[in-house]
Amino acid sequence: MIKPVSGAVRFQDFENDKLKNKIAYVPQSDSVDWDFPATAMDVVMMGRYGHLGWLKRPGKEDKSMALEMLEKVGMRDYASRQISRLSGGQRQRVFLARALIQHAEIYFMDEPFRGVDAQTEKSIVGILKELKQQGKTVVIVHHDLQTVSDYFDWVTLINLRVVANGPVEEVFHEENLGLVYGGLGLLLKGAV
Amino acid sequence: MDTLLALFHDYTFRTVALGSALLGVVSGVIGSFAVLRKQSLLGDGVSHAALPGVVAAFLLTGSKNTEVLLLGALLTGLAATFIIMSIVKHSRIKFDGALALVMSVFFGLGLVLLTYSQKIPDANQAGLKRFIYGQASTLLERDVILTAACGAVLLLIVILFWKELKLFSFDPEFAEAIGFSTGKLNILLSFLIVLAIIIGLQTVGVVLMSAMLISPGVAARQWSDRLWLMVVLAAGFGAASGVLGTLLSSVVPGLPTGPVIVVCITAVAVFSLLFAPGRGILHRIYRRKKNSARFKAERRPKL
Repeated sequence: MIKPVSGAVRFQDFENDKLKNKIAYVPQSDSVDWDFPATAMDVVMMGRYGHLGWLKRPGKEDKSMALEMLEKVGMRDYASRQISRLSGGQRQRVFLARALIQHAEIYFMDEPFRGVDAQTEKSIVGILKELKQQGKTVVIVHHDLQTVSDYFDWVTLINLRVVANGPVEEVFHEENLGLVYGGLGLLLKGAV
Repeated sequence: MDTLLALFHDYTFRTVALGSALLGVVSGVIGSFAVLRKQSLLGDGVSHAALPGVVAAFLLTGSKNTEVLLLGALLTGLAATFIIMSIVKHSRIKFDGALALVMSVFFGLGLVLLTYSQKIPDANQAGLKRFIYGQASTLLERDVILTAACGAVLLLIVILFWKELKLFSFDPEFAEAIGFSTGKLNILLSFLIVLAIIIGLQTVGVVLMSAMLISPGVAARQWSDRLWLMVVLAAGFGAASGVLGTLLSSVVPGLPTGPVIVVCITAVAVFSLLFAPGRGILHRIYRRKKNSARFKAERRPKL
């Protein structure tokens, strides 16, 4: 987590340092070396490390939790598979399971739908909706305008700086999209 | 056979073989992480940077005790690591550039000091050169004990911080996000690498030590997809090469122990790269041939 240049970040009365277990982050799946000697299970287990802290080893409970999360993202059968032998969509799901096991309050995801198959996208969206029902916050970097209205409640349009920010139905319209993408916006939305 | 048996009863042989085996274990374990973290070359930088430390320690103290000299090596090794990291962090120069810069400057400084020390009257600097190419045959019992002690500390640290090292090697960004300071972990791993290098200086020397560090890990990675198994295999490969190299150089007159050990471990690495099932080059070629044959067979129109 990046330290703020100035000031402090607060969330539910927790300040910077205490925040770490409240926030889960799902990076783009090409951010790591997938040739690393680890299994899908190993990677999901890493999501528990933050709760464990320094030196403490994961135990049985952590293991069963990891299996549960793999089950949830439909990857239970691949638990002991080496990660280089997973497809793009499967890798993304493993990363999602690693975030879920953190039991965070806010989930940040960097383009979780990039390069995944339709089925994975659907199952990820299902899990995200579930998180929402549990009262969690999910923040996603997303570039597919056609699915915005279906997936999200709140949207922030960014082009170098924040162009618009608000509920999808109020903010996500042609005028703002034009500001972000120029003439391309209407085309991308595919809704004209 | 008799000569072999006699050899194993020989005190000097046993000392050198044990020292080399210990070195193999330590460099195998630490080297695995260096390989996975893609910091293989850091070892090369550190080992070259150790030379000025060795000579400076001698010039300052006049002592030729291994402990004193290696302490000097440790200090300049750490200094070099620190400078490399700082250059990467604060300038636009990338890791490889910073490494090349620091490595050659330190090694050059080492050679300058070495030549200077040869010119000082009464200063008997003979024996310093053994750190350049290593001289395993000069290993004494106390050197082996020193290696064992340092090695034990290193292995203990690896076991204690296993989870953290694994996480850091795989996904440092995530490690940082969940509260494990990558700055601290980077220092920890660099320290492990530096210490592992220093341990091997007397046996293998400044120039060849990085091969000793990297080869076991590279070889072991070919045979396993599990981190723990890779590390254990690397330790085994390292130890076996240590003993085998000592053996060869004892049986064949004129063969220098350190370089022979390095040749052994490199041979293991090359063999693994070629022949390991799954990841080996031959297996891949075979698989591709098989696939293309099958593809052709399927494409042929059936009449």
